Amino acid sequence: MTVFVDIGALDDIPRQGARVIRTGQGCVAVFRTLDDRVFALDDRCPHKGGPLSEGMVHGDRVTCPLHNWVFDMNSGAAQGADEGAVRTWPVRVEQGRVLISAELVTRSHAA
Amino acid sequence: MKNLVVIGAGMASGRLLEHLFEAAPGAWQVILFNAEPRGNYNRLMLSPVLSGEKTYQQIVTHDADWYAAHGVDCRFGEPVVRIDRANRTVYSSAGGAPYDALVIATGSAPFIIPVPGSDLPGVVTYRDLEDTNAMIEAGIAGKDAVVIGGGLLGLEAAAGMAARGARVTVVHLMGHLMERQLDPAAGYLLQRDLERRGIKVHCKGATKAILGHGRAEAVLLEDGTVHPADLVCMAVGIRPEVRLANDAHLEVERGIVVDDALRTSDPQIFALGECVEHRDQVFGLVAPLYDQAKVLARTLLGEAAAFRPVQTATKLKVTGCDLFSAGDFAEAEGREDIVFRDPGRGIYKRLVLENDRIIGVVMYGDTADGNWFYGLMKDETDVSGMRDTLIFGPAFQGGTKLDPMAAVAALPPEAEICGCNGVCKGTIVAAVQGGATTLDAVRACTKASGSCGTCTGLVEQVMKLTLGDGFVAPASGGMCKCTDHSHEDVRRLIRSMGLKSIPAVMQELGWKSVGGCHSCRPALNYYLLAEWPLEYQDDRQSRFVNERNHANIQKDGTYSVVPRMWGGVTTPAELRAIADAAEKYAVPMVKVTGGQRIDLLGVRKQDLPQIWADLNAAGLVSGHAYSKGLRTVKTCVGSEFCRFGTQDSTGLGILLEKLLWGSWTPHKVKLGVSGCPRNCAEATCKDVGVVCVDSGYQISVAGAAGMEVKETEPLAATPSEDEAVEIVTAFVQLYRENARYLDRPYKWVAKVGLDWVKAQVADLPTRRALVERFEISQSVYRRDPWAEHSTTAATPRWAPLADLTLEAAE
Ligand SMILES: Cc1cc2nc3c(=O)[nH]c(=O)nc-3n(C[C@H](O)[C@H](O)[C@H](O)COP(=O)(O)OP(=O)(O)OC[C@H]3O[C@@H](n4cnc5c(N)ncnc54)[C@H](O)[C@@H]3O)c2cc1C
Ligand code: SF4
Ligand code: FES
Repeated sequence: MTVFVDIGALDDIPRQGARVIRTGQGCVAVFRTLDDRVFALDDRCPHKGGPLSEGMVHGDRVTCPLHNWVFDMNSGAAQGADEGAVRTWPVRVEQGRVLISAELVTRSHAA
Repeated sequence: MKNLVVIGAGMASGRLLEHLFEAAPGAWQVILFNAEPRGNYNRLMLSPVLSGEKTYQQIVTHDADWYAAHGVDCRFGEPVVRIDRANRTVYSSAGGAPYDALVIATGSAPFIIPVPGSDLPGVVTYRDLEDTNAMIEAGIAGKDAVVIGGGLLGLEAAAGMAARGARVTVVHLMGHLMERQLDPAAGYLLQRDLERRGIKVHCKGATKAILGHGRAEAVLLEDGTVHPADLVCMAVGIRPEVRLANDAHLEVERGIVVDDALRTSDPQIFALGECVEHRDQVFGLVAPLYDQAKVLARTLLGEAAAFRPVQTATKLKVTGCDLFSAGDFAEAEGREDIVFRDPGRGIYKRLVLENDRIIGVVMYGDTADGNWFYGLMKDETDVSGMRDTLIFGPAFQGGTKLDPMAAVAALPPEAEICGCNGVCKGTIVAAVQGGATTLDAVRACTKASGSCGTCTGLVEQVMKLTLGDGFVAPASGGMCKCTDHSHEDVRRLIRSMGLKSIPAVMQELGWKSVGGCHSCRPALNYYLLAEWPLEYQDDRQSRFVNERNHANIQKDGTYSVVPRMWGGVTTPAELRAIADAAEKYAVPMVKVTGGQRIDLLGVRKQDLPQIWADLNAAGLVSGHAYSKGLRTVKTCVGSEFCRFGTQDSTGLGILLEKLLWGSWTPHKVKLGVSGCPRNCAEATCKDVGVVCVDSGYQISVAGAAGMEVKETEPLAATPSEDEAVEIVTAFVQLYRENARYLDRPYKWVAKVGLDWVKAQVADLPTRRALVERFEISQSVYRRDPWAEHSTTAATPRWAPLADLTLEAAE
């Protein structure tokens, strides 16, 4: 069973935007869609390491700000002709708070 | 070789020459006179030119090369003034030309109601490119325009001017719009749709006079109403242009009388197009003229051919008003109507039947079945067997509902797809099978969808049916995958429909994605803020990262910060502040840029607010090194220090930068100002370059020194610095209002033509209006983004939301 930790209020993340959380092994981007769904993905584009948290969020996709690769935030998979995927993390919203998989903390321990 | 003289280079004669040269190249030596100073263009497409959706270049059908290739001796801008039948010679002011055969294709002339004031400047008709340009050049954005006449042409003029931002009122004599095609109910729907997009409609309005001192200012109606009008467009009707024929004593009734072979009363003289009358009928749409062209080509080649007019259908080319009309709707004994109304959805359909045959069709709101009804009408099909369900269209004949593709599939090969050119489905299928796999190719070999263009969708469906999966919809069309509308369409619709937010655009224009994508969102955000500077709320999330974070993102996710240095000038104090900031935030590299600024490279995102605060404190503001906006104004030292300088180029550069900074533009904009022709500021490869000379300022535009290297082209020269500044500002605003998002000025100028740009900027009222609109926009957007985001309230946003490395340490 996934254990979740509270990382902040939903309202701290702009709609169609993202905030990052720092972990021991790199940042994770937490996205909020126009309809208030949240997604968490490693903040490193598999292409050349672009910060996905600075990408444009459209629907449940995000476009990398460096060279426009597009990722499906549900699966982390690159769309269209590009190949590759970003790791995704379980995340959910409860009573206005954003909860993310505690595995990220473990990841930090491992560092 | 025998001489064929043609009077009029319009749509009918253009088609005639095509047929003639195709069937028998070299049979005739052709001399072509035209009153307009140009060859043939697609007159139907003047409305898209008026609305700004197309340029003149895009609607030319026969260019100079085409005429040259066929050996046509062109006399453009030379109206024929006399036909000497006895000596078989026509005369223009420049001289005579003998003929063996003569073709009159002079079209028609717009009718001007002779009320007082109708000759004032500011009153135009709507017929040719000059009229269209007159409306465009009147700079009507934000001003009042009145269109007299609520028929096809008047409504297109109204929609076109509204798209250019004018407040338009249509004054129509009759009780409802387009009364010749529509009944009152359909006219009402049309009026409602127009009013929804901001066009006022005044029916039962009889024009009494046009008021104004030296220029049209208002339109006065018989009922006493006064509509203010900076521009009045008369579109009340046309009459065949028959003056030459009259003077030459040819038989003329309403038009020049011709027989089935298009021969006039003089066997050596032929006529075709809107200027003719055939069996008591005159013509105002292109379809029958194209048939005439075919027949006359054969007549001229000595073959027997006869012109038989067929029923024509009309569509209104105003985006968002779907209207189809064909046939006869007059009330008469023995005629019956079938009417379908759905007021909620704004749909109205009416069929007029006589002897179980359809003789008239009007559809509003949903015209998908128009061609099917039209086919039944032309074929005089007996519809008694399907009367109950007839109005519901082909989908309901035979019980099962067909999808649109199946409906097209069900059409017989003879079914007409393109009404203007009389192209049937079979011809298109044959063309596709013969290798024409793109819309352009099909257009080139069949002419289908090449005239008014409303059948483009149908043609594409036929292509898709024939090609199956091999069909690729034209990529050039849509802005991106989210919409089929082009950039130009979207801009126009934002304006004409008054759309003021991204969700409104996506909703009203039927976006196919949820929330757009990374290419349409920034474009929409820009179009909206350029159109409604005072009302639109900028959407930060629709901006590229650089504009969102007010710094340039680098490959490793750090940013570069570039303070503005007005005209490339700085002070010791500023340099000290920059040096201090660089040390304080451990900036890995400090570099001078190509545009005379200092770049601090490698700043971490969370440090941005602080470094901005420090730089702001020393009086430095954002350099917008990141934005689609004014980047830099590069200058030389000019007359202040240089021994060659003729003017204060540094001062002018600073002035321009202080004026233009902060405004958003379709792409980045860079300026250069040099103090003399030695051009040390390299002004001639910038978006806008000013070179100071003894006599003043030479302004040139549309240069580039990036992916493409291009020298600027001269825009204007002026002795006065004030005027130079005004011209540069007007140019920038024109670019802001017209260019596609992500087109640099040089690309945009190449599309619209430097001549057009020059004309806009040269015309004083237009220029002033541009400057005024620029200033309005600047009242909102000339802001330093650093200052807004370096406040303590805003800073948390730039830091991580949570730090799980700390959590781990607990
Ligand atoms: C804005 C607009 C929109 C339209 N939309 C549609 C539409 O959607 N569908 C449709 O079917 N029709 C439409 N029409 C009508 C269509 O354009 C005309 O039916 C068609 O152009 C007529 O062709 P023509 O060759 O007879 O005349 P024109 O195309 O008018 O050409 C006549 C030419 O002869 C020249 N000329 C006149 N007198 C002389 C002279 N003495 N010496 C030398 N040259 C002379 C004129 O300058 C002109 O260039 C539209 C018209 C306009 C103005
Ligand atoms: S462009 Fe002319 S005025 Fe300016 S620095 Fe060079 S030589 Fe001097
Ligand atoms: S780094 Fe993400 S697309 Fe290149």
